[in-house]
Amino acid sequence: MADYILEMRNITKTFPGVKALDNVNLKVEKGEIHSLVGENGAGKSTLMKVLSGVYPHGSYDGAIYFDGNECHFKDIKQSEELGIVIIHQELALSPFLSIAENIFLGNERKKYNIMKWQDTFSEAKKLLERVGLKDSPETPVMNIGVGKQQLVEIAKALSKNVKLLILDEPTAALNETDSANLLKLLGELKNEGITSILISHKLNEVSSISDSITILRDGQTIETIDTKEEKASEDRIIKGMVGRELKSRFPDRNAKIGDVVFEVKNWNVYHPQQDRKVIDNANFNIKSGEIVGIAGLMGAGRTELAMSIFGKTYGKKITGELYKNGKKIKADTVSEAIKQGIAYVSEDRKTYGLNLIDDIKRNITLSNLNRISKNSIIDERKEVKEAQFLREKLNIKTPSLQQLAGNLSGGNQQKIVLSKWIFTEPDILILDEPTRGIDVGAKYEIYTQINELAAEGLAVLVISSELPEVLGLADRIYVMNEGKITGELEGEDADQEHVMRYMTGTGGAKRANVN
Amino acid sequence: MQTLISLFKNNIREYGMIIALVFIASLFWVLTDGISLNSLNLTNLILQNGFILVLAVGMVLVIITGNIDLSVGSVVAFVGAIAGVLMINNNVPVWIAVILSLFVGALIGVWQGFWIAYIGIPSFIVTLAGMLIFRGLTLYLLDGQSLAPFPDAFGTFSGAFLPDIFGGEGIHIFSLVLSGIMSLVLVYLEFSKRKTQVQYNLEILPLWLIVAKLAILLFAINWFVYQLATNKGIPMVLLIVIGLIIIYTFVMNNTVMGRYIYATGGNKKAADLSGIKTKRVVFWVFVNNGVLAALAGLIFASRLNSATPAAGNMLELDAIAAVFIGGASMAGGVGTVIGAIVGGLVMGVMNNGMSLISIGIDWQQFIKGMVLLFAVGFDVFNKNRAGK
Repeated sequence: MADYILEMRNITKTFPGVKALDNVNLKVEKGEIHSLVGENGAGKSTLMKVLSGVYPHGSYDGAIYFDGNECHFKDIKQSEELGIVIIHQELALSPFLSIAENIFLGNERKKYNIMKWQDTFSEAKKLLERVGLKDSPETPVMNIGVGKQQLVEIAKALSKNVKLLILDEPTAALNETDSANLLKLLGELKNEGITSILISHKLNEVSSISDSITILRDGQTIETIDTKEEKASEDRIIKGMVGRELKSRFPDRNAKIGDVVFEVKNWNVYHPQQDRKVIDNANFNIKSGEIVGIAGLMGAGRTELAMSIFGKTYGKKITGELYKNGKKIKADTVSEAIKQGIAYVSEDRKTYGLNLIDDIKRNITLSNLNRISKNSIIDERKEVKEAQFLREKLNIKTPSLQQLAGNLSGGNQQKIVLSKWIFTEPDILILDEPTRGIDVGAKYEIYTQINELAAEGLAVLVISSELPEVLGLADRIYVMNEGKITGELEGEDADQEHVMRYMTGTGGAKRANVN
Repeated sequence: MQTLISLFKNNIREYGMIIALVFIASLFWVLTDGISLNSLNLTNLILQNGFILVLAVGMVLVIITGNIDLSVGSVVAFVGAIAGVLMINNNVPVWIAVILSLFVGALIGVWQGFWIAYIGIPSFIVTLAGMLIFRGLTLYLLDGQSLAPFPDAFGTFSGAFLPDIFGGEGIHIFSLVLSGIMSLVLVYLEFSKRKTQVQYNLEILPLWLIVAKLAILLFAINWFVYQLATNKGIPMVLLIVIGLIIIYTFVMNNTVMGRYIYATGGNKKAADLSGIKTKRVVFWVFVNNGVLAALAGLIFASRLNSATPAAGNMLELDAIAAVFIGGASMAGGVGTVIGAIVGGLVMGVMNNGMSLISIGIDWQQFIKGMVLLFAVGFDVFNKNRAGK
């Protein structure tokens, strides 16, 4: 009988319209490194939020046992008191404070609410030694790199007497040396008796470090592999992650694909703040009537690629050429891009897509007011007519066009954003995560729209983290990994395993064999 | 009744302010035994508050973009000083001096708009600096002294009244005619809007409500103008303010620029990604505010008939208060020209009424502060409740 530090039994968590977790079971043995893998949206982060108390007891079904006792966490504080500490992908450090202050943030070394600086720095120094960081504890956090910041987070966790350390994509932003250091540290912590849960997309790391691996898919536990009994190769893990048939979640369509409409050549983009290449020599094209998918994991550079093309709204030192119908075009600003017939539907509709405090019709017409105005004066009748047309075409469910965008559901909001860009009469439509966070019914409607737009002859580019979506929609798929387009798949080649291989950077070795 | 309640709940912002204005006006009407609403005092009310209303119109645009302008009080003084130096010291003809003054206002807007929009310094900082800079320049220009008097022609800006082309005796007929025409235009606009709404299946109010709303509005306008007409008629300042209300309401509701301003304030990132040059929008809104502040400065100087170093002190706060009382949001994206005017009138009626019943400046400040706090607090409370 194994000694479990954590047991999560039959966890079910529903959001309006979506079952994010469906009877998930997770058992973690004391002192092991347990990896949690699965596609984006499989439910890994949701599960960890249930565990850490972000979603309080009562908002989910099922039971959590920690050290043999059932737990009812109301907030993160309570789970931290028991020694469960989660380190999120976006680090929660305050950049202007010193390393030591960050380590004890919210947990200050103090007497009568007066800081004890001596203790703060000396204890911080000890913790830094444990994680192998040699910088002075007085260094401001913004002066050290991401890899070291990650170590500070771990030191912070250690300061709370952590028993179970959860790391969400800890190496996503790290280079190889830093990643190796971090993984080594996890091994050392394991020897000190600290249990870790590692969420990662980098399957090579998962495969090499884990004692056991739990695979989640579509909110369900698929299996737990014990690496002592069975060797978990990357292939083995991928099989578990994707082993699912594509249900008929996608409307049928007959693609009539024409000539190349849009072509991107030798596209290079640098990070806006750091001197780091985000997009490395990307080349791709889209034909008229064609739906092209871009697959890739978080941080692969898909959104960055799209936004840098759309009026250079991301990045700096952008080089490369854009061609439309064989002619070189310029799209250095958003309005130029719109004039060239490029439309970009952002992945984050609330931040980049909509004015939530304005009504539906004004949101729809905003990007192309010329179409409804004369001498800069808006023809409101025409506006209402056009907005009404799109509202019916996309089946936006709302009592009136005067409804504020912020009052609508995610699916309806997404339809407004889509309407807004259809209203610009584009030739090239870039859709970034077009169905993120919306329910199944609305997804189907949006897929139908995308198909119709392609049938009208548009060149459509769909970026999605959901593999089935890319596979179900696209005629052709480009796969990105770490800023590079690592593969192009079409027809029979485009299956989940191939795409996953290119996505995780495990490359085309297998493909070479197949060919 | 049900419709009325839900209508009120949905538009609590707009109607709340108007009810507050009516309440405050009635309160002073009782407290002053009717003096506050007699024809002489209503005329004074307009003359005293005209420049604040002009400032409020410019300010509401700035606040809708999510910015603020603390410098307008100093700009009022500075432009008054420029006008004084031009007209009094250098005998520049009035109309040329007026155009030059407005141009100076535009330049001030260019200066501040440049730092805010293109360099990215927060407007609070840039205009706080502007507040000091232009007050300093005013003191320098005037050498710390007042300049007076202005040429008579310059008095048109504040003291003059619309001439009565019909030559009425004891009553200003032309004013009444104008108010009659305006009433007809309002009725026409309301019903043509309704026609569109019906045609396109938009939400409409019940007919009786529209008629009731129009009846109250028309009664208020015509009664107000009738009171003015029994005195000296419509003051020029009121014509300027009404002109600005019409122009800016049209710009904000019916033009591409208006849309851009609301979109920039509502969600700047989304506006940028919609192809709107938000920097340019913010820049021009500040240029516009500079010109309107200059216009207010001219009205102010004309009313005092002198250019003084202390002119317009703290006026920016009155203008900002008017805009927020009128329902604008600090976060941007929300606000109307009419709201700002109503807010300005709330402030104006309070100033005027409290002076009439001889409340000292100490308590006047206190009460205005409390009204601002509660007006905006009421708004925030409503929003939080709606959010739940």
